Amino acid sequence: MGEVIVVTSGKGGVGKTTTTANIGTGLAKLNKKVVLIDTDIGLRNLDVVMGLENRIVYNLVDVIEGNCKRNQALIRDKRYENLFLLPAAQTKDKTSVTPEQMKKLTEELKEEFDYVILDCPAGIEQGFKNAIAGADRALVVTTPEVSAVRDADRIIGLLEANEIKKTHLIVNRLRADMVKRGDMMSADDVIDILAVELIGQVPDDENIVVATNNGEPLVGDSSLAGQAYMNICRRITGEQVPFLDLDPKKGLFSWFTKKK
Amino acid sequence: MKISDFFKKKSSSDVAKDRLKLVLVSDRASCSPEILQKIRSDIIEVLSKYAEIDMEGIDINITNVDTETNDGKTVPALYANIPIKNMNHNLK
Repeated sequence: MGEVIVVTSGKGGVGKTTTTANIGTGLAKLNKKVVLIDTDIGLRNLDVVMGLENRIVYNLVDVIEGNCKRNQALIRDKRYENLFLLPAAQTKDKTSVTPEQMKKLTEELKEEFDYVILDCPAGIEQGFKNAIAGADRALVVTTPEVSAVRDADRIIGLLEANEIKKTHLIVNRLRADMVKRGDMMSADDVIDILAVELIGQVPDDENIVVATNNGEPLVGDSSLAGQAYMNICRRITGEQVPFLDLDPKKGLFSWFTKKK
Repeated sequence: MKISDFFKKKSSSDVAKDRLKLVLVSDRASCSPEILQKIRSDIIEVLSKYAEIDMEGIDINITNVDTETNDGKTVPALYANIPIKNMNHNLK
């Protein structure tokens, strides 16, 4: 029996879709059978981040409405044959689907897959309710900014109210130089405020932009963000992995600079 | 285009632009390029039974047009321009 994970944030633009794409791909790399569901009906984007936009024939609403068989709508990933995408409909709206229907769908899918990962839309309305309906656990994505942390706090409250017991935090777009200068909150600062367990800290990495341009998630490559995402995947599977040092200037030369 | 560009690998920002142009065409038309391709080949197959088609000159696309009621809403429409070389009258 698989696990249903919802990736959510409250605030838009903090990296939910990028996180979903990388975690899904990373878990597939770890030989797990994974299906990603884009629940952002009307504003789908997980398809372009995964580079699968040209393969869409059916979508989530088609499955719910019974216009096609469930497996006809699942798009197999280009690189990993154990990774699938169920895209959102682009021309419908969030009310085309109900939380009950989503719960039924995720329950069916977790019989067949190790991980069912839902990319949640921004906001706390119907789209959010649909996305969390069948979730066993949640990954809350935030950035070290006041607005994003505030919205994350609201989301964590709503997840608790909906009896999602397992909630972890991903702090995205950290800049080690700014944290060091004291101009940005660190992941620890954010954890202090939100009082949930940290599962990953991802640096603000140019490679993410390049990877999205190309439609190829960078998880597992040598970039700092690629390593950070892979570590999150390992932690999801239950492995204990120490947190990365996000300061790129450290490493070989740190020994010299420390002496100053 | 500079000569040096010819040897350069396509930058990821160019890849992004190309992908976006494609995806926006299908978003606006609410039809994926794959489906459009299928429509295209089906139309060609059917018409080829009756006429010789100028394959080079085919232009099939989905665009949005205003509705007849003029209420600002648009509906998708299929535009097809298919040049015919020769009508096939030998059909029985």
